[in-house]
Amino acid sequence: MALQSLDIKRRSATTTPSPQARETLEVAKLIDVSACIGCKACQAACMEWNDIREEVGTNVGVYDNPNDLTAHQWTVMRFDEVETDDGGLEWLIRKDGCMHCEDPGCLKACPSPGAIIQYSNGIVDFHEENCIGCGYCITGCPFNVPRISKQDGKAYKCTLCSDRVAVGQAPACAKVCPTGAIQFGSKEKMKEYAETRITDLKERGYDNAGLYDPAGVGGTHVMYVLHHADKPALYHNLPKDPTISPTVSLWKGITKPLAMAALGAAALGSLFHYVMKGPNEVSKELEDEMEREDERLRALEKEDAK
Amino acid sequence: MIRNPRDIQRYNASERANHWVVGICFILLALSGLAFFHPAFFPLTQLFGSPTWTRILHPYIGVVMAVFFLIMALRFARLNYIAQRDIEWLKRVGEMVNGDDHNMPEQGKYNGGQKMLFWGLVLGMSLITITGVLMWRSWITVPVGVIRVASVVHAAAAVFMIGLIIMHVYAAIWTKGTIRAMLYGTVTRAWAKQHHRAWYRQVTGDKR
Repeated sequence: MALQSLDIKRRSATTTPSPQARETLEVAKLIDVSACIGCKACQAACMEWNDIREEVGTNVGVYDNPNDLTAHQWTVMRFDEVETDDGGLEWLIRKDGCMHCEDPGCLKACPSPGAIIQYSNGIVDFHEENCIGCGYCITGCPFNVPRISKQDGKAYKCTLCSDRVAVGQAPACAKVCPTGAIQFGSKEKMKEYAETRITDLKERGYDNAGLYDPAGVGGTHVMYVLHHADKPALYHNLPKDPTISPTVSLWKGITKPLAMAALGAAALGSLFHYVMKGPNEVSKELEDEMEREDERLRALEKEDAK
Repeated sequence: MIRNPRDIQRYNASERANHWVVGICFILLALSGLAFFHPAFFPLTQLFGSPTWTRILHPYIGVVMAVFFLIMALRFARLNYIAQRDIEWLKRVGEMVNGDDHNMPEQGKYNGGQKMLFWGLVLGMSLITITGVLMWRSWITVPVGVIRVASVVHAAAAVFMIGLIIMHVYAAIWTKGTIRAMLYGTVTRAWAKQHHRAWYRQVTGDKR
């Protein structure tokens, strides 16, 4: 068995239950967007702890650097300049990365047994040694997070520093954040802490401040405190009600048993048809007719030869 | 097998080779595709070297099948136009399945069922090829919404086609004397007269 904090509760492409006798504490990372100063220390810490370096790219006119998540960049600060209704300007900064959904679309879509797993503490992790590089995780993800490496064709994303969490440490980004905008602990504690932040924000005039822990994916193990929780799209198109796409649910849900039943019925139906109705043979009369014709022609040929 | 010089040629060598290229591709694609479709079939990936090799190879085999299917379909399309007698035949297909073909209307080179199979496969191949290309992340990038729809359609088209091919293979096994047409090209006169009488008359000039 793995380290207790890394007990696996769900495994991709696996139809039998995972061991679940032990239960570990559900964890969460809380990102308080209102306390973020956009310093990117979290990005640097992520690169350092995980030993990943994206190649230096080009500036496309925004502060996002690199300008998207990649196989070598598991978290990116997203900067949005938003004009308010009264003509003011808000600079909204959101740390983007895997949300560690309680009901993960990536895991649901993955065809390779054990390539994506969910620990009982809620962390969703990719086991790249089992990854076949099909990209179904990207198809299944409601947050557009996983990336396929151009180097090895495997999918990568934030691990929530599962290796650190396993030994009682906070993720690298949380550890390094200089303003305390990234907190880590039990999901329950994080929700309590978020409440204090939301109360504070409301007192300061952000009437719509709230917690982003979307129910459509069963809640997430990375949550945001947003000053405009009514409009998550302001924060670089954070989806308002994310769910696993119905198309993906159809593909990975009812289609599978239906298809198997239909194909099984076709194969078994064929076998039993043969057994019960017998083969479709050429009739004896026709065979005899052709046989007589053959003999007649043979006789003619013999006469010709004479 | 003793071959009768009076046997009738149903497929020439090039048509047979074309059919079997498509057939081999289809089997490989069905085995590798089912492995990704349902965890119960995932062990089939071992037939292709490894799960990752299966993922790499599947689309390339698909391209080969699409090309050879297109050639085959163009070759046989004209023979598969649906005529009135095919509709008559399809209306009575229940009698045929029940094992009694005495009252079945006389058929050309292909019967109504074979023609339905042909057009079903044309539809299936069109859908599966287009959606397969859209899902091919190594080469193609399209919006995720498109990939999601393509994934469902790809799976549905595959199941539809595997079902059709089960019927196709079974019909060939069930109807004795059929498989040789695709193995070495000929069928007996009796076979032709029994199952495809109009075609038999056309190729032999036999008026009976």
